[in-house]
Amino acid sequence: MRPRMNTVHQRALHRYAVLTACATLVLLAAGALVTSNDAGLAVPDWPLSYGSLWPPLVGGILYEHGHRLVAGFVGLLTIGLAVWLQLREPRAWVRRLGWAALGAVVAQGLLGGITVLFYLPPAVSIAHATLAQMFFASVVSLSVFTGRWWQAEQQQLADHGSPSLLTLSRLVLAAILAQLVLGAAYRHNVLGIVGHLVGAGVVVALAVYIARAIRNRFPQVAALRRAARVLLALVGLQVLLGGGAYWAIWGTQSAPQPMPAMVYLTVAHLALGALTLAAAVVVALRAQRLLRPVAAEQLAGVARFEQGAAR
Amino acid sequence: MDQRSSFYTEEEGKSMKVRTLYVLVLFVLAFSTTGCGKKEAGQPAAEQPAATKTVDPATAGTVAGSVKFEGTPPKPVRIRMDADAACARLHKGPVFADEVAVSPGGALANVVVYVKSGLDGYSFPKPTETVVLDQKGCMYRPRVIALQTGQTLEVLNSDDTTHNIHPVPNINREWNRSQPPRGEKIVESFAREEVAIAVKCNIHPWMKSYIAVVKHPYFKVTGSDGTFELKGLPPGVYTLEAWHETLGISTQQVTLGANETKSVSFVFQGG
Repeated sequence: MRPRMNTVHQRALHRYAVLTACATLVLLAAGALVTSNDAGLAVPDWPLSYGSLWPPLVGGILYEHGHRLVAGFVGLLTIGLAVWLQLREPRAWVRRLGWAALGAVVAQGLLGGITVLFYLPPAVSIAHATLAQMFFASVVSLSVFTGRWWQAEQQQLADHGSPSLLTLSRLVLAAILAQLVLGAAYRHNVLGIVGHLVGAGVVVALAVYIARAIRNRFPQVAALRRAARVLLALVGLQVLLGGGAYWAIWGTQSAPQPMPAMVYLTVAHLALGALTLAAAVVVALRAQRLLRPVAAEQLAGVARFEQGAAR
Repeated sequence: MDQRSSFYTEEEGKSMKVRTLYVLVLFVLAFSTTGCGKKEAGQPAAEQPAATKTVDPATAGTVAGSVKFEGTPPKPVRIRMDADAACARLHKGPVFADEVAVSPGGALANVVVYVKSGLDGYSFPKPTETVVLDQKGCMYRPRVIALQTGQTLEVLNSDDTTHNIHPVPNINREWNRSQPPRGEKIVESFAREEVAIAVKCNIHPWMKSYIAVVKHPYFKVTGSDGTFELKGLPPGVYTLEAWHETLGISTQQVTLGANETKSVSFVFQGG
């Protein structure tokens, strides 16, 4: 039996965390617009833009400076979230996650500056894209942890399957994160498309597998089934969007400028990738909250027996 | 066996996710530093024997010729300048991309013709003339230029809007500078031979230019008549290369005697 912790669901804090997550999704899309419009170096200086906080917002400057403005807003939101958690959140590990998220967004800002000042070195651009997604995953997690569902009493369920759903959910999460990195590597001309296509196949297979496992093992657990359905739907949509984005890239490669179809499809593909990561985070966290693998139970039982025998 | 559970305890709450996040953030930051550093100007050139020969004008010859396009030129694509009203205002009618500029007789413009090999051992003084690249009507003019290593390049902005000049070389030093409307000229040069360096404006993504950097003075960018002339070449066996930004390259061997004039033609095929 796990000891009860006396915390009260704080609706305002939870809503603020959700707002931060939504703003982060907008920021990811803003960043994607920069890359798709080849505007990463439209503003050669950093942290100011043309020596100002408000340069003329024309052409590529609109995307690059716009991205910086949204990033600043998300940074402020994250500071607020970390401070609010520090003041009002009784769980120390949640408070620490809040500060970690703040550290990540500060690191993101620095990485962004490095990309500008050093003319977009591919490794830094990929790191910037990857950390963005990981930061998003952390604020999504905070939204879950501050939510009513997580803080309510939940029935613990034994997972008799192998591999356990806990393991599967973490595999899905890792696969999606790896897929995001491969996508960033393709976008920044470090790798070809093949790795990203293989990664897509792995993600689809894992998403189908985990959805089926949840349906078979816990057909009555709505929280798990809903999360798995959302994940599966997003993965399916992402495959379609990915195909569309790739078609648009190749169809317009000889165009004199980034064409609207290519821009919109690649940005949508990236944003939906972030949402897919968020869905995988939710599945993993819910599995963590609800399930206890039987092997762990059995080991705990053996330990208790041996302790009793020793007395 | 089912159990009632409430919140995680302090210990259980040290979720693996938090530890994993710490580790991954550190990993990403460490990984990113491996990519830092401005793009350096490539590997140092292999040791070359000292260039001591100079061209004797008494025996120098000429290679002249033309570059033509055969086939159907690609359909011009319209450029949208809506992203900057100042650019859109500069054009009364539609503007089209000019990657493949073919005159009615098939003459191909914007081809860099230069001596690719055959001049080993010769030294050439750095030219004193400057080569000018202008930004006019939110387009680079000329689209393709060529200059010698170390020769001065001047970049002008004749428009009423800010431009951002960003050459993307492979082996030369990369730079990225903004230029205010009708602002002060930018003066630069390139140290290494590179045919050719793409130049872009990250504010106006349709703006493209190419700079061919050659280590000797025997180069020419064809105009609308598609012709070129390389004067003052010493006798020798040469490989001539014709470079086009989208049509690729074509090479020819030429043997030039003393005071000889040879004619060479290049043909690029279309679709």
